[in-house]
Amino acid sequence: MMELVCPAGTPAALRAAVEAGAHAVYCGFNDETNARNFPGLNFNREEMAEGVAHAHARGAKVLVAINTFPRAGDQGLWHRAVADAGAAGADAVILADIGLLAHAAEKHPGLRLHLSVQAAAANPDAINLYAESFGVKRVVLPRVLTVDEIAAINREIDVETEVFVFGGLCVMAEGRCALSSYATGKSPNMNGVCSPASHVAYAEVNGAQEARLGEFLIHRTPKGATAPYPTLCKGCFSSPDAKGNDQVGHIFEDPASLDATHLIPALQKAGVSALKIEGRQRSRAYVAQVVRAFRAAVEAADRGLPMPESLLAKLTEGQASTTGAYAKIWR
Amino acid sequence: MMRILSDPSVKLLGRSIPLPTPPLTPLSMLFSRLMRHVLSRHPSILRRMGATAGSRFLIQVTDMPFPILLEPSLRRLTVVPRRAKPAHDTEIRGSLKAFLAMLHAEEDGDALFFSGQLEISGDTSSVVALRNALDDAEIDLTEEIASLAGPAGPALRRMSALLERRTGLSLSRRRLGEDPEDHSR
Ligand code: SF4
Repeated sequence: MMELVCPAGTPAALRAAVEAGAHAVYCGFNDETNARNFPGLNFNREEMAEGVAHAHARGAKVLVAINTFPRAGDQGLWHRAVADAGAAGADAVILADIGLLAHAAEKHPGLRLHLSVQAAAANPDAINLYAESFGVKRVVLPRVLTVDEIAAINREIDVETEVFVFGGLCVMAEGRCALSSYATGKSPNMNGVCSPASHVAYAEVNGAQEARLGEFLIHRTPKGATAPYPTLCKGCFSSPDAKGNDQVGHIFEDPASLDATHLIPALQKAGVSALKIEGRQRSRAYVAQVVRAFRAAVEAADRGLPMPESLLAKLTEGQASTTGAYAKIWR
Repeated sequence: MMRILSDPSVKLLGRSIPLPTPPLTPLSMLFSRLMRHVLSRHPSILRRMGATAGSRFLIQVTDMPFPILLEPSLRRLTVVPRRAKPAHDTEIRGSLKAFLAMLHAEEDGDALFFSGQLEISGDTSSVVALRNALDDAEIDLTEEIASLAGPAGPALRRMSALLERRTGLSLSRRRLGEDPEDHSR
């Protein structure tokens, strides 16, 4: 059966994920070393050790994401995170930075290494380099590939692949987006936050809900209408058309979330080892519902049964879903 | 489902009789007592919130007669008159049903936000921190009140279960694996 890798932003979410049938849970420390460095979220050292013990006692694994890029001169924070994840009993660490991979391979040879989606390794040459140089055992593929491309990659590599099947989409080649840095000075790659809450302001203006990121107005939605996350890539902007008239639209991407439920059998055939659910910033209610639905889907795929209808639409951003790049209907 | 009107009133013989404005000070004292109780049972809330615990959250429950001012680090939960808007750092607006469903993990806060059922303004970091801290604390409102009520606890639990069935509001935490739609417990 394909492994179901589920998000946990808090110990309560970790317990909810395990209870709902996660084979593995991924989580991070409460600092800049992980790409979901949100206020009130994540695990301190003690909570991490307890979380690992809780998951292991119930047959689930814990993967610790240390997937931001260390700042030169400040590597100590990231090195400590790797050592502490190992000491807590983590089954693997999910890393993105080449220097940190080298450090982990050298100093913690017994620790299993997964390559984060943030490393954006999207072809066999890149993946094989990480496998040969650092002993990486699994690669999380960026969300820019079709199912056929994933199958072709799997034929040319010896490591496991993990792909996203549900949750918020980051449209850029992962780890290469500068939109958040441009607007706020903080980025997912360096600080673990895209469009950080500290720079987001909502206000009701003339009966509409406005969202600003830094100095940019990124949405104006009528009261009660669906609203997306305040990320620049999902902003709705106006720009003059050829005749100088205002045209309004989502310039980068429509606010829709990934739901690849019905592609699970195809991904299994393509040789994918693990399926990942996005959403460490979400509540334990989200975790429990999504994990339960996907555990049923993975089991159905394993028995060659048809995929259950997805009932998760209301949990998705913009309350609309897409199969993203997998089926090439990318905008 | 029961609806609580924003102008509090009771129906008597088909006529709507307005209720007097609730006595706010005793209610505030009661709420603050409950809040201190919750924070002492769940110390991780203030730890998770860090500096944002110093923020003042104005909570506008749209179908309640009065807003509530939440000041975590002062361990204070105050009922304020609808018209007097006290100084605050952030404002959260939604129905009682939405707030309770979020507290008890029947609904996801982001999903409520995406669908426009929850609105926020002001300092977004504080709201995110509060949401995450409360979600991790796995609060059960009925249990919190019952554990404070001493010998009246068991009766309170029964009353809460009855009220939950009558109103469809989420008044207690569903144990993992329970059906969130099932209010027949
Ligand atoms: S702005 Fe959008 S594409 Fe860029 S990092 Fe954020 S979520 Fe990803």
